[in-house]
Amino acid sequence: MTSASLAHSATPDAPNYYDDLIKLFVIAAAFWGLAGFLAGDYIAWQLAFPALNLDLEWTTFGRLRPLHTSAVIFAFGGNILLGSSFYVVQRTCRASLFGGAGLGTFIFWGYQAFIVLAATGYLLGISQGKEYAEPEWYVDLWLTIVWVAYLVAFAGTIIKRKEPHIYVANWFYLAFIITIAMLHLVNNASVPVSLSGTKSYIVWAGVQDAMTQWWYGHNAVGFFLTAGFLGMMYYFVPKQADRPVYSYRLSVIHFWALSFLYIWAGPHHLHYTALPDWVQTLGMTFSVMLWMPSWGGMINGLMTLSGAWHKLRTDPVLRFMVASVGFYGMSTFEGPLMSVKVVNSLSHYTDWTIGHVHSGALGWNALISFGVLYFLVPKLWKRERLYSLRLVNMHFWISTIGIVLYITAMWVSGIMQGLMWRTYDSLGFLQYSFIETVEAMHPYYIIRAIGGLLFVIGALIMIYNLYKTAKGDLRDEAPMGANTAPLAAR
Amino acid sequence: MDMTTLVELARSLWVVWLMAVFLGIVFWAYRPKNKERFEEDAKIIFKHDKNGGPAHG
Repeated sequence: MTSASLAHSATPDAPNYYDDLIKLFVIAAAFWGLAGFLAGDYIAWQLAFPALNLDLEWTTFGRLRPLHTSAVIFAFGGNILLGSSFYVVQRTCRASLFGGAGLGTFIFWGYQAFIVLAATGYLLGISQGKEYAEPEWYVDLWLTIVWVAYLVAFAGTIIKRKEPHIYVANWFYLAFIITIAMLHLVNNASVPVSLSGTKSYIVWAGVQDAMTQWWYGHNAVGFFLTAGFLGMMYYFVPKQADRPVYSYRLSVIHFWALSFLYIWAGPHHLHYTALPDWVQTLGMTFSVMLWMPSWGGMINGLMTLSGAWHKLRTDPVLRFMVASVGFYGMSTFEGPLMSVKVVNSLSHYTDWTIGHVHSGALGWNALISFGVLYFLVPKLWKRERLYSLRLVNMHFWISTIGIVLYITAMWVSGIMQGLMWRTYDSLGFLQYSFIETVEAMHPYYIIRAIGGLLFVIGALIMIYNLYKTAKGDLRDEAPMGANTAPLAAR
Repeated sequence: MDMTTLVELARSLWVVWLMAVFLGIVFWAYRPKNKERFEEDAKIIFKHDKNGGPAHG
């Protein structure tokens, strides 16, 4: 404690941070984000109008869908996670990146190579057929090398820190890095048919393989899309609100409760399958318990603004971050609900699941990433401010309306689909044929694709705004919020 | 009771041990003595940041 208070008062000699490296991650995140959103919206239109698969094997839904999911999760989300973690760990540890620019540059280009290797594989039909773990063995091995380098750079920076305490955001980032390494190694354990070919066989079999896959799949949600992004929340929300997190003690509980519980939730992906009933019930129970850390974390993020709510009126960057925490609360409420077996018997295999995933992915992951990009670009390129806050505001509303269209369309379509599948006529036969359920979903597919299009337009506005900011342009515009002094003057 | 049965008994109670560890963490976090220290830790993000502060527009 004494050392902490000593450090607080002294040393203006902040080390040199490797910020040029973070610029690369920011550019890559914006690029892959747009590519991933475009791919997603294209396949959304394909579902409404199947002729859009162009009758080519490379552009069918089955190949473009993993391209979309990997592009948004691992390329967009991954680059923002890696870049922001390097930004946060250097500043909260008051240490320059371990391994310096050399190791950092290897991690950056190594990770981009992983993305390109994975994406080209999908288009050519090279796939393990494991959801979110589609890349074949040669891509998996390459990612392992890059990921170990990432762990070394991140943990090395923590080890050489000058700040005695490890700030909570770094705990979340570290849990993300370590857990993803463990999941990746176990779920991708496979034997290649030959060293010159792409095909491999997984060592797990039957229901054990299914359980391993969803242990991986759900913890990719839990530790890639949740723990890592919570690391971002615990640094950037307090930073943008200009006040410390509501309760640091709650953040400690949040971290450990999340880590203890998430790892058991995977079986809820396998309700009513060959998986033993007790494992299904275990997965359901742990999923329901996850309500507590999730909502504890949401309350911690939102309450950071207590006494500063007025900032939301004039600061659309903060609005992005706060809305994302709201969506985090909403989708982590919905998830445990859907993991309850009776609810799952209606929701599973329907569009409800897709809607749930996107309320988390668009609402929580993408919105907080946009907020972080708006935060980082003026700082990294050393600009006085963003090019235009009005454009940030426009981006906020266009993407939020897009998300609302998307998730409401999928709720209606998914619940309708589930109910149609279980409707019997008076003689005990199924009332609807499968194709009738597909036909009924057509209008909702169009609404969903329009929502996605709005999200793409929002991303284009952001990229324009960030490009102008990096260039050093300032848009001449009225400040946000009536009768308020310009933010830049504060 | 030999060593093997003892180990087996201890392993079957894993959920109890995990809960005990977690309760220990809760005690550590909410111990009044540690209040001030955690309040200081929350401010780490505002220390020594050369171009800190929120992003302005």
